[in-house]
Amino acid sequence: MIQKEAEKIFETKELNVNMGPQHPATHGVLRLVLDIDGETIVKVTPYVGYLHRGIEKLGESLSYFQALPLTDRMDYVSAMSNNIGYCVAVEKLFGIEVPERAKFIRTIVGEMSRIANHLLWLATHALDIGAMTVFLYCFREREWILDLYEMICGARLTVTYPRIGGVRNDVPQEFLESLWKFTDEFPSRILEYETLIDQNRIWLQRTVGIGVISAEEAVSWGMTGPTLRGSGVPYDIRKHMPYDAYDKVEFEVPIGTTGDTYDRYRCRMLEMRQSNNIIRQCIEKLPPGPVMADEPKFTLQPKDKMMPITHPTKEMAYFIEEKACKGCGMCLRACPAKAIFGEKKKPHKIDQALCLQCATCFVTCKFKAMKIVPGGKGLSDEKLAELAAAPVPEEITKAAEHLVKQFEFIKKGPKVPEGELYVATEVPKGELGFYFVSDGSGKPYRMRLRAPSFIHAGCLPRLCVGHLVADVIAAIGTIDIVLGECDR
Amino acid sequence: MAVTEVRISIHPAGLNPKDIAEKIKEQFPDQVIDVAEFRDQVSVIAKRDQIVPLLKYLHDDPILSMDHLQDLTAVDYLKKKDVRFEVVYNLYSTKYRHHIRIRAQVPENDPKINSVVPIWAGANWHERECFDMFGIEFTGHPDLRRILMPEDWEGYPLRKDYPLQGPALENDWPGFTEVLKRSKELREFEWEG
Repeated sequence: MIQKEAEKIFETKELNVNMGPQHPATHGVLRLVLDIDGETIVKVTPYVGYLHRGIEKLGESLSYFQALPLTDRMDYVSAMSNNIGYCVAVEKLFGIEVPERAKFIRTIVGEMSRIANHLLWLATHALDIGAMTVFLYCFREREWILDLYEMICGARLTVTYPRIGGVRNDVPQEFLESLWKFTDEFPSRILEYETLIDQNRIWLQRTVGIGVISAEEAVSWGMTGPTLRGSGVPYDIRKHMPYDAYDKVEFEVPIGTTGDTYDRYRCRMLEMRQSNNIIRQCIEKLPPGPVMADEPKFTLQPKDKMMPITHPTKEMAYFIEEKACKGCGMCLRACPAKAIFGEKKKPHKIDQALCLQCATCFVTCKFKAMKIVPGGKGLSDEKLAELAAAPVPEEITKAAEHLVKQFEFIKKGPKVPEGELYVATEVPKGELGFYFVSDGSGKPYRMRLRAPSFIHAGCLPRLCVGHLVADVIAAIGTIDIVLGECDR
Repeated sequence: MAVTEVRISIHPAGLNPKDIAEKIKEQFPDQVIDVAEFRDQVSVIAKRDQIVPLLKYLHDDPILSMDHLQDLTAVDYLKKKDVRFEVVYNLYSTKYRHHIRIRAQVPENDPKINSVVPIWAGANWHERECFDMFGIEFTGHPDLRRILMPEDWEGYPLRKDYPLQGPALENDWPGFTEVLKRSKELREFEWEG
């Protein structure tokens, strides 16, 4: 009675609420405009693009070798998988085969990055919903994996360890031993997280029946990865289009039934166990052999192969010959140490105290005015000129030749057959696809990245409508997006 | 709420992509311009007028059942081909595991093509991005706005005639010049360090 009277007096109207782009639960810079009726969501409009760096456009201006580090910066919480995705696509375009050992190593690091990603996902997802403890536990294990990364490539976040044609270097024996220790320990750690939230009443209330999407609809929306498998579609690229060593290991794919937030959570938890299994199998089966394909026309070979004679950097200096220098300013702009000075159209000079002997100016100079002079640092210009006039030892000329050759190869890229192809790989978040159009040069004519986060962010309106405002947080967590990948 | 682990077998693709291309040719004989093959992937180059019925046939046909739109994008062939743009659809069947690529030609003077959102709901953002980056209009799209670039941005960045470093300083995006102006105004409040 009172309520009815109250309805007569107060009219209700929809409210427009802005969430983000700087909201702790949006996992980056995602902005959502919510139309709410009381507590219920009527409409969600996501705005993305705050992290757009134009990686596709940049990729078209760089050679295939140079574009590889860009892929780290997409999904920065699982950079290894992105690198592998790029390398697998480019290798198929080049038509080269990767050595067996490299394939297994890649599978290992790929699955490590899957575990690292799912740990970060679980940590933040649980934190958003209100379970603080899980966050701390997950980061303890993630830290362990990052330390293991450090052992093989020295980097923790943006690794660029997989390369076109294989991997950067072989893994040390200690790495395999400590990784084996990790895989021994890890299943019990997963149990720890599960005892915290698996049957937790608050967790169940916040996840069961939230963001339900049917199998057919999920496929139609373009969902992939665990987000799709939670709805019960057995689509896993590791099984459907096997790459690397996934056809040589045995693993099962967890499938949900209802397609709600809880099922997707369970799928990812089981997936971590499977990844753990895959790593163990790979370590057991790891074959000996090289880790880089023997294709000098298409891949970057180890340094001692590309540059058989390396110059002894300590005992030499760079010197500009006054007669040959036209004063174009190319070296002046290229020098990373800003050691070259001089006016336009007048011979430049090198400040020997600042010079790093990196050879950038040597490679940039078109007039061959740059000379390599044997001798230590700290010589006067007159002395250097005197030394430069003398004939240069053959060893140094050869070393310089190799240097220029390698520089040109990386900058121009290999000669690639003309054609186009789309290659997809299973990254932790879903299907990462690379679509290349090659026009025969060393740079892709078109490089397209199909980022799973972008598609999943597009599904947000479908998942949120009809639920409460608090469930938007759960929905953002459950689709597992990283905005760096979404905006590219 | 029951999650089970299933064993998915590794078996080869259902239909040969060449056979799929043949099927499309049979169904739409006047629409297919050419069929290209590279590294076991087949792409069908088609006209744009009947693109929606063509894709709907691929989606609905029980033998093909291309239910997963892997990717939708465009390529700008400036001065390389007679028809400047091509909208590329990468399709996959999660049931039968086969893949086909459809490339629809879109001319420069009338960059329009029908939207496929009624067939795949996920095409929504793909088409918005395509419009944002290439300026191709998707007729029948429910909400065609810029998505990655600011809404008042001029030009289409992924076109080949768009400079890599962006617009020149004098006609930069107004939002950016505004921020610069504001930062100059507020400089006097900066901390001396």
